[in-house]
Amino acid sequence: MKKYLFRRLLQLIPLLIGVSLISFFIMHLAPGDPTALFIDPNVKPEELMRVRANWGLDQPVYIQYFVWLKNAVLLDFGRSYTTGQPVMAEIAERLPMTLLLMIPSFVLTLLITIPIGVISAVKKNSWFDNLFTVLSFAGMAIPTFWLGLMLMLLFSVQLHWLPAVGNIVLPLITMTIGSLAGLTRYQRAAMLEILNQDFIRTARAKGLPERIVIFKHALRNALIPTVTILGLTLPDLFGGAFIIETIFAWPGMGRLGVQSIFQRNYPMIMGIVMFSALLIVLGNLLADLGYAWVDPRIRYEKK
Amino acid sequence: MRKNKLAIFGFCVLLFFVVCAVIAPIIAPYSPEEIVESQTLAPSWHHLFGTDDLGRDIFSRALFGARISLTVGFVAVVIAILVGTLLGALSGYYGGLIDSLIMRFVDVMLAFPSIFLILAIQVMLTPNIYNVMVVIGLTSWMGVSRLVRGEFLRIRELQYVEAARAIGCSDLRIIFRHILPNAQAPIIVAATLGMAGAVLTESALSFLGLGVQPPMPSWGNMLMDSQAYMRDAPWMAIIPGLLILLTVLSLYFIGEGLREKLDVRS
Repeated sequence: MKKYLFRRLLQLIPLLIGVSLISFFIMHLAPGDPTALFIDPNVKPEELMRVRANWGLDQPVYIQYFVWLKNAVLLDFGRSYTTGQPVMAEIAERLPMTLLLMIPSFVLTLLITIPIGVISAVKKNSWFDNLFTVLSFAGMAIPTFWLGLMLMLLFSVQLHWLPAVGNIVLPLITMTIGSLAGLTRYQRAAMLEILNQDFIRTARAKGLPERIVIFKHALRNALIPTVTILGLTLPDLFGGAFIIETIFAWPGMGRLGVQSIFQRNYPMIMGIVMFSALLIVLGNLLADLGYAWVDPRIRYEKK
Repeated sequence: MRKNKLAIFGFCVLLFFVVCAVIAPIIAPYSPEEIVESQTLAPSWHHLFGTDDLGRDIFSRALFGARISLTVGFVAVVIAILVGTLLGALSGYYGGLIDSLIMRFVDVMLAFPSIFLILAIQVMLTPNIYNVMVVIGLTSWMGVSRLVRGEFLRIRELQYVEAARAIGCSDLRIIFRHILPNAQAPIIVAATLGMAGAVLTESALSFLGLGVQPPMPSWGNMLMDSQAYMRDAPWMAIIPGLLILLTVLSLYFIGEGLREKLDVRS
């Protein structure tokens, strides 16, 4: 297990380098110069040269990359073009706000999705199942940003229950509904598959009450794929954060990311891309490990 | 049976939207880009969906927006399918080093927060309708390539492929004439669901101002200014979103229906 973990962690290195290469070159090969957005166009050419040298923009792109990479290995992602603060410090400042949205949303999603998925599977083709099938498709089809707008319209503009910005409830609901729908379908499918297995038939055949068959025999196994998919929904949650935080003016990392993109704040964009990519690949890794951990069959095979 | 009904519903809605998009110039009562009335008029018989913040007819804009949004979604998914199928086929057919290289590249692409990558590219390029299609296409092929690779791995071991090889068919012929047609079903399902995703991505991009550029209407960019007029003109926010929702929902229903019909595992 340790060896496996070590190998998997090693594999992350080329992956992250790949991510950094692609994003770095996309940004730096783009036409135009970021200084144009930050520096007064009437400034003296010498002054402009000085700023460009200061930001390292006078070097060839590949040298800029290696300088960036060397510093990034030491967790130094440079300074934000707009504020002059270290990128890491800004991310560290904004991250708690994003986690404040993501973690409760994650927990809520689980609490809602598992019972609905399980009941839908057990009562397949009932009105309950049909209702939630259509609802979860609608949940997947609804554009996240529009869901946010509609919640704002209903609860802030019409009912005056909640302020449109600066309150956690609406962004939290938006984020949760976004991830809820797909997971519910997934949980239902997992449970359905388990219910068709031989050991369930055996459990029923030996006369166990249905309650025990469902909760003890079926549910425990049906939760295995859920563990995996949870790690895999992390990128979606993160992607959602960029848009949701922007609409609700939530001062987290996602909003910072979108603002940095509009400002062409290269060091900031690189920092956020790398940070998100790291979270995504660690999420995938955790999913794989969690999968092995909850399912003894996999754990023993891997030895 | 139930899925079937949903798929038929989806097909009818989508067909209706496509027809509306095609005949938009004939049925649109006003020009989509011209100011025809006072600003933010509520829906009425003269302006079915009301007017927007500049006084343009939202119904006409929605019709022309359908053209843009559906075209962008369609072209983007065609690009994703072409790239994904090609790379997946090479990967699955040849295996070895080619497979490792392509699959590592897929891993890298999947490690990006995709919406962030798309936004970043769009800012760097000048956003326009063609860039939107290409960028969405080039950032959403990874699922398809994994799927096609899996199909190729399975099919290339079948006897008829061995037979084709024995009679001296070239690799290209085996890939495109013998294996690919048998891997069609999951690709069709992925394309349908992929188009749903592309329509959603376009709308989010355009909403943020990085997709289809005004005055050209797309359902996403019609929502761009709606947030500021939520109190006075809620229809500006409600209608384009509903159209996106219905389109994407229909595509999901069709995709799931096809999945069942063609017997494709999810």
